[in-house]
Amino acid sequence: MSIAVDREQELLAGVRAIARDVAAVHADDVDRAARFPAETIDALRAVGALSAPVPETLGGGGVSVGVIAECCHELGRSCAATAMVFAMHHIQLLTIVRHLEPGGWFEAYLHRQVTEGRLIASVTSEVGTGGDMARSIAAVTPAEGGLMSFEKQAPTVSYGAYADDLLTTLRRAPQSEPGDQVAALTHADQHSLEPTGTWDVLGMRGTCSPGAVVRARFGAEQVLGTPFAKVAAESMVPLSHILWSHLWLGIAEDAFERARAFVKAAAKRTPGVMPPAAQRLARLSGEVALLRGLVGSGLRDFEAYAEGPAREELSTMSMALRFNNLKIAASEQTRDVCFGALDVCGIMGFKNDTPFSVGRHLRDALSAPLMIANERIQQTNAALLLIAKEV
Amino acid sequence: MNETIRKAVEDHARLPVPVASLADGDDLYQAGMTSHASVNVMLALEDAFDTEFPDRMLKRSVFESIASIEAALSELQAEAVS
Repeated sequence: MSIAVDREQELLAGVRAIARDVAAVHADDVDRAARFPAETIDALRAVGALSAPVPETLGGGGVSVGVIAECCHELGRSCAATAMVFAMHHIQLLTIVRHLEPGGWFEAYLHRQVTEGRLIASVTSEVGTGGDMARSIAAVTPAEGGLMSFEKQAPTVSYGAYADDLLTTLRRAPQSEPGDQVAALTHADQHSLEPTGTWDVLGMRGTCSPGAVVRARFGAEQVLGTPFAKVAAESMVPLSHILWSHLWLGIAEDAFERARAFVKAAAKRTPGVMPPAAQRLARLSGEVALLRGLVGSGLRDFEAYAEGPAREELSTMSMALRFNNLKIAASEQTRDVCFGALDVCGIMGFKNDTPFSVGRHLRDALSAPLMIANERIQQTNAALLLIAKEV
Repeated sequence: MNETIRKAVEDHARLPVPVASLADGDDLYQAGMTSHASVNVMLALEDAFDTEFPDRMLKRSVFESIASIEAALSELQAEAVS
């Protein structure tokens, strides 16, 4: 085994242990109190999981997207909110890694990331854009002392108050069109978040994502050189859909496991008699398998084009359709599997304090179709299908 | 060809500025073309040139300027002749 593979296996083993021993233990409390899963994020930082994909040339582990996706899957089985924080952090970090310019400010930043394990949150949505991430109102604006500034009204900022850094989409300059966007990375001592709401929600409560007015003052070198449209198509959008779908699979699998345990316990009580829910469980296992296949093929599609000249293929319409469909199908299938698990477990799944409770899974899964609303993605797909050929 | 492309952009890209004010190499997305509007530009071009863009050409870089559209269409027409 190569050193890189050893390192990846070691990371996975570490994340699995944290998922089991820390995330799962606190999951119900994180959910009930709608609090940030600080102990789990600290534990992940301590094993280097937050900086794992930083390239080896910059002192990092050079861990692949596939391994990060597997970490999201493992965490998703234990605590979906923790898994979502971990996934969103890595969407930002992998995006920075994939669009790195040699010798620039972001290289030094990644060096820092390796020693500090800085948690990155994103500020992509904006009040007034109707949920369209491809447009911004706030702009990179020159300020005194040669610095840059912005003020952005964000309807949600996931774990913004707990993040060390924010990656924010903005118009390139005050005179730029709404679609002419860039992404800027700012540190906690360079920005402020003024909360504009609360975070008392149905599911994914531990992500602590209230709205905020974000204000920042920072150096011009902290803006990614690549236009955001390219960053979004080649990295941020496919990575979001891949990492999210992996953690959703984790939610669905854990709900299924609880349903299986329920049927097994019933079977033990009545030897020789098949429990009434057993057939429902059998059907549900097929639905989980379908979801697993979908999620795995999404990752393989990305890996096939992830590096080198093929990477530009990721910005073709047919690839956009593929990853959009992954998001829509995986989010709805996850929700349906969780409903199915509730059907199997009945009242024992409905109660919040049994080994077969699936209420948290179901509530967390209900966020999946809303995070970048499936309705909006379908609208985009409808337009793309007017012109794309092979889908 | 250049004029027909400019007409399609004028009619469908929904730019805040007249197309005549843009040079062939200017970035249409920076000029305000949204990805939704770009789909309509593509449809109009397929219609005007009686052609179909293959999937490999259906990406941002091909439609980012009048010059890049012209290059793609020339390539398609050369393929059709040979």
